[in-house]
Amino acid sequence: MDFTLNDEQLMFAETARGLFADSCTPDHWRKMMEAGVARDDARWASIVETGLTLVLLPESAGGIGLSETDFALIAREAGYVALPEPLVESAGVAAPMLAALAPDHALLADTMATIAIAHPLNPFVAHADSAAAILLEKDGEAYLATPDQVTLTAQPSIDPFRRLFSVTWDAANATALGKADWDLALDRAALFNAAMGLGLAQRSVDLAVEYAKERQQFGKPIGSYQAVKHHLATAQVAIEFAKPVVAAAAAEISARDVQARARISHAKLVALEAADTAARASIQVHGAMGYSWEVDVHLFLKRALALSQSWGTPAFHRARIATRIFTQPMGPDQTFARETENA
Amino acid sequence: MDLTYTPEQQAFRAEVRAWLEAHGPSEPLEHYDATREGFEAHRTWEKTLKSGDWGMVTWPKEYGGRGLDLIQWLIFEEEYARAGAPGRVSQNGIFLLGPTLIEFGTHEQKQRFLPKMASGEEIWAQAWSEPQAGSDLAGVRATCVQDGDDYILSGHKIWSSRAVFADWAFGLFRTPGTERHKGLSLIFFPLNAPGVTVNAIKKINGHVGFAEIFLENVRVPAFNRLGDEGQGWHICMATAGFERGLMLRSPARYQVAARKLAQLWEANKETADPALEADVVRAHMNADAYALNIYQTASRLMAGAKIGPEASTNKIFWSELDIHLTQTALAILGPTAELTQEASAAGPVDWIDDYIFALAGPIYAGSNEIQRNIIAERMLGLPR
Repeated sequence: MDFTLNDEQLMFAETARGLFADSCTPDHWRKMMEAGVARDDARWASIVETGLTLVLLPESAGGIGLSETDFALIAREAGYVALPEPLVESAGVAAPMLAALAPDHALLADTMATIAIAHPLNPFVAHADSAAAILLEKDGEAYLATPDQVTLTAQPSIDPFRRLFSVTWDAANATALGKADWDLALDRAALFNAAMGLGLAQRSVDLAVEYAKERQQFGKPIGSYQAVKHHLATAQVAIEFAKPVVAAAAAEISARDVQARARISHAKLVALEAADTAARASIQVHGAMGYSWEVDVHLFLKRALALSQSWGTPAFHRARIATRIFTQPMGPDQTFARETENA
Repeated sequence: MDLTYTPEQQAFRAEVRAWLEAHGPSEPLEHYDATREGFEAHRTWEKTLKSGDWGMVTWPKEYGGRGLDLIQWLIFEEEYARAGAPGRVSQNGIFLLGPTLIEFGTHEQKQRFLPKMASGEEIWAQAWSEPQAGSDLAGVRATCVQDGDDYILSGHKIWSSRAVFADWAFGLFRTPGTERHKGLSLIFFPLNAPGVTVNAIKKINGHVGFAEIFLENVRVPAFNRLGDEGQGWHICMATAGFERGLMLRSPARYQVAARKLAQLWEANKETADPALEADVVRAHMNADAYALNIYQTASRLMAGAKIGPEASTNKIFWSELDIHLTQTALAILGPTAELTQEASAAGPVDWIDDYIFALAGPIYAGSNEIQRNIIAERMLGLPR
């Protein structure tokens, strides 16, 4: 039993943090919003160059073959900067799925390419227009098509960096890849969305702390008032109790049992609730500034909202936890128990 | 990262389980705060525990412990809660003062106090709060005056849990002429010493769970002072870290409660409000998150980290989850919730008692408002 990260894992997260801190600043967001784009090729190139897209890809497909724990740490850093590019869905979900179906596929060697995924649980596909290809589902089978082999209808999102599309397609115009593990894709996406939620939440708190230290009212920084402090402390408590759930969910994902699925669902619920609590506290602490387009907090609010409802609604994830509660033993000796041990 | 138990840890769990099955009381004991008999029955249980060498497993062997690590302690606590073994009447000593004594005490002090604490021979109360020093603990007025090799203690302490029936108290006292955080010392005194008067205070559940203590020229040896004179505040904060952060409320009790809540739901779901299932799920999530957080903290401490201000997040989390959990149970019980005797298919849990007890959580061990201030100032860096 050891619930700590090793130095290598911490180093990878540190690399991602440094890269994003330099290349994904409020200035970058502003420029992209003005231009109406959701992908910055220079930043994506630096992400690729650092190897972040290879972390979860098996070595047989040219990747580094690390674990979900490693990728979750990167996803958290992506959340901290509300990263516009689909690092999580492409490198964390779609590419590993393609690698499992066709490890030698040319797309996996095309470093600048992103892959979108149309999961049956999601009504829309994110970043389908800029993807080199889209993974599609029909009767449990996976198909691959390029954006111009399908019909994309834009479904504008409140999040300026989430480009959503409805997809209509015909299997005759797509490449069949065979039976795919859509449940694993869902588990990974939910887990990494949870990890992003942690980053979104912490950034919202940090932005509010920074502001509350500077902003003066009644002759004092507003951060010295308890009403302000308590909003942010409450958000931080939510973050602190989502963190270990995300970490455990990442460590246990490969067990693929009722307990592992429940923990991923738990992680997604609480991390994105923390992101919502933190974003709304941050807006409140910023006062009218927080409600303005100019202050960046709204990006974190909108991303939290979008991620909360995609890759399984809260009701979907609560039901998976209920299944664990009502079909498996509960109690203090069951924290790390597995379905097979209890069978 | 390895979230599996080693074969040694599994064997340890089996050992604890077998011992508790063989030695645990067959009937629930009367509550230790209800009557002297209830208190003494719990003391007898503490002695039984010690006979199996389970008094306080994390302490060094030479001081009455087993020298085990924090993961083993968590396993012990899990099995203890799972077995429904009695509440620890000695918790103020073993969970709060004990770890502090181990960190700040001299070898002689540890030898004198720890083994009897672990065996239940001496049961401890905490004497920190005063009528004018609650959340603002640095406002302590009770005094300690050195007289040769002794201290003379005077003052008025209040809200001292277990003090009605306990043997010893650890109190915070001020050197006359000093102010606020400076000049405080942590000193032990026997509750039956000449000059000590203990008056019981009834809690909202009718139990005499806490007391006020009057000290009039109470003479104790200077040996009873923990750390240096004037170091009391620093030491108390370390104690509070253990209290809030790790030991006082082990996750296992909430996992047991969450399981009982799920059983209550299954027995009543045909008639209860269907919306309550989400709260039953939430109670499990909260208990699980708390357990994971404590495992992570234990791993970090074993890797050499120290408990910091994050202890305050724990205190807020367990106190709030406890209220949510017990309130959900009452909502499921509906019109029978207010009954104090078992009257439904609820099983052997007296939910109303648990709920009333839970309401104290956001107040003791430093109110949750103070904890939020600590988080805001020491974790987030907001100005005082």
